[in-house]
Amino acid sequence: MEMIKKGAEAEIYLSTWMGRRVVIKRRIRKGYRIKELDEKIRKQRTRREAILMAEARKAGVAVPIIYEINNFEMEIVMEYVDGERLKDIIEKLDDNEKRRICQEIGKSIAMLHKNGIIHGDITTSNIILRDGKIHFIDFGLGMKSAENEARGVDLHLLMEAFNAAHADERLFRWVMGGYKKNFEKGNEVERKIEEIVRRGRYMRRVE
Amino acid sequence: MISLGLEGTAHTAGVSIVEKIDGKCNVLSNVSSMYRPVRGGIHPREAANHHADVFPGLIEKAIEEANVDFSEIDIIGFSIGPGLGPCLRTTATAARTLAIMHDKPIIGVNHCIAHLEIGRAITGCHDPVLLYASGGNTQIIAFLEGKYRIFGETLDIGIGNCLDKFGREAGISFPAGPEIEKIAKNGRKYVELPYSVKGMDVSFSGILTAALHALKEHSIEDICYSLQETCFSMLAEVTERAMAHTEKDEVLLGGGVASNKRLQDIIKTMAEERGAKFFVPPRQYLVDNGAMIAWTAILMYESGYRMGIEETAIKQNFRTDEVEITWR
Repeated sequence: MEMIKKGAEAEIYLSTWMGRRVVIKRRIRKGYRIKELDEKIRKQRTRREAILMAEARKAGVAVPIIYEINNFEMEIVMEYVDGERLKDIIEKLDDNEKRRICQEIGKSIAMLHKNGIIHGDITTSNIILRDGKIHFIDFGLGMKSAENEARGVDLHLLMEAFNAAHADERLFRWVMGGYKKNFEKGNEVERKIEEIVRRGRYMRRVE
Repeated sequence: MISLGLEGTAHTAGVSIVEKIDGKCNVLSNVSSMYRPVRGGIHPREAANHHADVFPGLIEKAIEEANVDFSEIDIIGFSIGPGLGPCLRTTATAARTLAIMHDKPIIGVNHCIAHLEIGRAITGCHDPVLLYASGGNTQIIAFLEGKYRIFGETLDIGIGNCLDKFGREAGISFPAGPEIEKIAKNGRKYVELPYSVKGMDVSFSGILTAALHALKEHSIEDICYSLQETCFSMLAEVTERAMAHTEKDEVLLGGGVASNKRLQDIIKTMAEERGAKFFVPPRQYLVDNGAMIAWTAILMYESGYRMGIEETAIKQNFRTDEVEITWR
C-alpha cells in the first residue's frame, strides 16, 4: 500500500483489492478528540461520504465505484480512476474541448444538485478526466441539501478555482451554461452566486 | 518608538505603553479594567459608561507604571473595530482627545489583527495560523497573499458567547468560561451534542440549545465536560484544516477563551500530531489588552499608515481581510 495523499482528516492509499487497483480512503484517529467523539465523527463521515457517492452514481454522475466500507478502520475502498486531474490538463486543451468539458461539468453538478447532493469541494483537483469523461472524487465535505444557498456555495468554489488559478472567465460561464440547461432552478442559483460574491466572505486560496 | 494603546471593543478597557526597541516589543505597562454586569451579559451602553469612568485613571496608571512622560510618547493607537458600538465610540473619543491634546499622530487598529500581532511579538512565532477564540469572535486567521485572511469562522455566535449563555442559564455568573472549565474537570460521561463543522466554518447556537436541554437529564459536570470537548474539538478541526490548506506549520492562540487549559491541550495535541509548533502567549496578552493595540499601531505607523482625525470613525463590523497589511 502506497500513501498518495495525507489530508487533515484522511489518508489516501493506492492498493489492490480482489485483483483491482483501488484507492483506500482512511479517516485517521485524532488524538486531540476524546474517543467517544472521535469514533462518532469518523464513522458518521465515512458513512455519509459513501452514501453521497452511491447517490451521485444513482443520479447518473460518474464517481468512483465503492467496493467496500470498513467500519472498524473507517475506510472506504473505491475504484481507482486512472485519469488526469482537470487541474493539470485544462490549460492544454483546445477551446472546443474546454467548452465541452465545462458544459459536461455543469450538467453533472446540475444532476447532483437536483438530487439534493452537495459535493462541498468542487475544485479542479477533484475532477478527474478519463477517456474524455469527467469523474468527481472526494465527497468528504459533501452533504445533503436542497437549498439554493448550499448549491450557490458549491458552485462558487469552482468559479474561484477557474477565475483565479486558471484565469479564464469563459470556463465558469460554460459550466453555468450546462448547469442551467439541465436544472430548472439554475437561474435562481446563479443569482445566489452573485449574492455570495457580493458578500465577499469566501476568501480562499485556490490550489 | 513609543506608543500608547487604548483597547475598548467589549467588556474590557485597557491601556498600555509599548516600546519598539531593536525590532522587539517591549511592554512598559499594560493595565485594564473589566466591566462586570451585576447579572446577565454585557449591556453595551453600561460597558461604555464603565469605560468612560475608568479610562482617565487607567491612562494615568499606565503612564506612571511605564515611567515615561507624555512628551516621550510618539503615537496614540486605539481599537477602531470590530466591537460594540458604544464601547468603540467611547474608546475612540478618549484616543482622539489624547491625540489632539498632546498633538500626537493617531492610528485606528483592527482588534482581531492586533490579537495576532501581539501573539507573534510575545511568543516569537513567525507565520502562524491564529485560532482567535473570544466572547464575540471566533476566527481562524492566517497571512496569505498580502492580507490576513479568514479561513474559517463561526456562522452564528462566538465560542465565548456560547459558554456565557450556557452559564447564564445554568446559574453560573459572567464570564462563565473559567467556571465551566473547573466544573468540567469533574465530568465523567460524554453526553452527545451536535458537532457542527461546515467546511471550514463552525456553528455554536445548536450546541448551546442542545446542552441546555441535556441539562435537564444529566449532571452539570457531564454537560460542561461534553460542551467543552465538542466545541473545542470543532475548533481544532477547522484550525487543522486551515493549516493543511495554507501549508503553515505554526499555530497560535488568541482571545480570552484561549486561556482555557483544555482548549490549549487540544490544540497542542493537534499541532504535535501534524508536526507543527504550538504557541500561546501569557494570559494578559490573550484577553483584550491595550498592549496589542499599542504594538500594532507601531507596526502600522512605521510602515506608512497615517490617519487624520476625520478618518477615525469607528467600524463596528470591521473585517480582518479589509486591512491593508503594509508591515509584512
